Amino acid sequence: MEDFVYFFSFQDPNVAMVVAGITLLSISAAMVGTFTFLDKKALLGDAISHAVLPGVCLAFMFAGSKNPYWIVLGAFITGAISTYAIEWISNSTKLKEDTVIAAVLSVFFGIGILLLTQLQQTGDAALSGLDHFLFGNAISIVYEDLMVYGILALLVIICILVFYKEFKLIIFNPSFAESVGLPVKRLKLLFNTLLVMAVVTGIQAIGVVLMAALLITPPAAARFWSNRLHVILMLAVLFAVLSGIAGAFISFAVPHMPTGPWVVMAISFIAFASFFFAGKKGILSKWYNQRNYQQKIHRDHILKSLFQALEKNSKTLEKDEIMEYFPGKEKLTRTYISKLEQENKIELEGEKLKLTPSGLVEAKRVVRLHRLWELYLAQYLNLAPDHVHDMAEKMEHLLTPELEAKLDASLDYPTQDPHHSKIPRDNDL
Amino acid sequence: MTFDVNAFLIILTGTLIAISCGLLGSFLILRNMAMIGDAISHAVLPGIVLAFFFSGQREGIAIIIGAGLLGILATIIIDYLSNKVKLQNDASIGVTFTWLFAIGIILITVFAGQIDLDQDCVLYGEIAYIPLDLIVTENNTILGPRVLWIAVINVILVLLYVGFMYKELKLTSFDRQFAQTIGFSTSFINLSLMGMVSYTTVSSFEAVGAILVLALLVVPPATAYLLTKKLKPMLLLTILIGFLTSLIGYYLAYFIDGSIAGAMASVSGLFLLVAIVYVTLQKRTSRKPIAMPTELKA
Repeated sequence: MEDFVYFFSFQDPNVAMVVAGITLLSISAAMVGTFTFLDKKALLGDAISHAVLPGVCLAFMFAGSKNPYWIVLGAFITGAISTYAIEWISNSTKLKEDTVIAAVLSVFFGIGILLLTQLQQTGDAALSGLDHFLFGNAISIVYEDLMVYGILALLVIICILVFYKEFKLIIFNPSFAESVGLPVKRLKLLFNTLLVMAVVTGIQAIGVVLMAALLITPPAAARFWSNRLHVILMLAVLFAVLSGIAGAFISFAVPHMPTGPWVVMAISFIAFASFFFAGKKGILSKWYNQRNYQQKIHRDHILKSLFQALEKNSKTLEKDEIMEYFPGKEKLTRTYISKLEQENKIELEGEKLKLTPSGLVEAKRVVRLHRLWELYLAQYLNLAPDHVHDMAEKMEHLLTPELEAKLDASLDYPTQDPHHSKIPRDNDL
Repeated sequence: MTFDVNAFLIILTGTLIAISCGLLGSFLILRNMAMIGDAISHAVLPGIVLAFFFSGQREGIAIIIGAGLLGILATIIIDYLSNKVKLQNDASIGVTFTWLFAIGIILITVFAGQIDLDQDCVLYGEIAYIPLDLIVTENNTILGPRVLWIAVINVILVLLYVGFMYKELKLTSFDRQFAQTIGFSTSFINLSLMGMVSYTTVSSFEAVGAILVLALLVVPPATAYLLTKKLKPMLLLTILIGFLTSLIGYYLAYFIDGSIAGAMASVSGLFLLVAIVYVTLQKRTSRKPIAMPTELKA
């Protein structure tokens, strides 16, 4: 708790600096990531983040110390080469893009590891914190780092905002973008540059191994809350910043704890929560809607069976008879019978069921929709009368009152369906 | 150069691992599932750490089971996210494996000091120490390096698997729908392949680390895929490239004094680059005379 207050009161200028840095880089990663996610190139980010490792090592060899300018430059160069290599190889050979991504990722990372271990053999790589580039250490951010990584992140953010419209267009409708005269190729080059830059800004705080998560997971989570680009973008940024700060706090509070994994844990938590609980697209609400729909179907079927009994001149139906209509669903049927009774749609007389006046209206409607749809299929689509029943079984639960009115009007208010059964109306018996 | 037993043991182990990985990897890339290999190789980490922690030992069946379960779990989660949750496929892969890998790294850091595993081992393994870690029986007979035996068992099982399932794997890789029509259970074959990939990843983990397994899974088969059009030559070529990768990788690492696994990945990348350049050059020289008439016709 003490740590918590100390950290979030920002009384320590170092903490304030770390939070500022991680906020900026989370924003830039989430923004760029949203576009790559929507462009279905999420795994490209993974490849680039692994591929910056050899650049970091080369920069270290070259500069002889952990100099942020050299490291950013080195990381940027190998990151850019990997992006270019992926594009070139997948365009000029028969290898599939995902194979190319996996190959480039692992080879670049292998080269990086080779260089890293070589540096470790020669001595002071571990001491100077080169290890931190693997899994990230936000707490080690100092003023000079903040200036380099922070300004780079800021640059990415500004570029994305300036070219927002153009990027949106080339992702959603590249051929239209080309036809209105946008320099698509140059914009794509700019975007790839921003992607590499966004990865580079995160290498010290998050680490090369897990930086991809900050590009992929925030937009994946945000996508479940909205269909509009600017909302997705803002939510992704919000999610990324929250998890970035959470990760920084944990590695501040627990000694020797790398930042990257905790940032990923936080963002994954947000993502899984979104997958399950998000408004319309979440698993839970989909499941709920599906269940509701199935319940409506079952309810409609019970009413329909009672109405059909009525047509055969029996005003009541034995409970057991209804049960037999729905084999294997006895329990469900029993629940719905008692529900319908509570809603005052049916009456129970001992073991016999009877429709109430309001139940009759509803039952008629289901049967009417079924028969109207059968007639419609027979008349307008010229389907044989013995082929229309199954489709009508589905539509009877779906047609809205407005559609019903239109259907009725276009069929000229018919009285009989193709099987010569009467189409029931509200003002009949 | 005189015969160096240590070098021989390391290169032999490396070759065996490259063969196991390459054979399975060939089917992965034919099924466009290379990134699933990436996901599995990351995702087995928490399984390894937990099994290590609870069983208290490095070797043994517990780790293989723990990691195998995690590998299969990862494929199930990815499948669930992309089919049920309707998250796009690439993001399903990305979200799942970064999450599982993060859990693994956190567990390693939390259990640091209690288990003999560290981040370096995860990243690039310890193939260089293979000759030091020997199996010694009760009556002091030395049976050779432990990791070599693990690799031998792995390669035998992979060869048996590919041998017995060859027809099934081939058919489901090239014509999934036809395979389904004639009654092959494609999901079973798929799951068994994922299981074998997970097992091989774990078995190779100690030697080459979690991430560089991917290089051996994908890069030699991709190289072979470029150079041949038939499955059998592709598998044989993969084996050859695996051997050369191990051999040259060892000496590269030896000369620049770095990680052998890293060097193997680098060398495999070099082979791929050569194959790409060769193929593109050949395409350029052979294209002109053949392409002209068809273009004119169109």
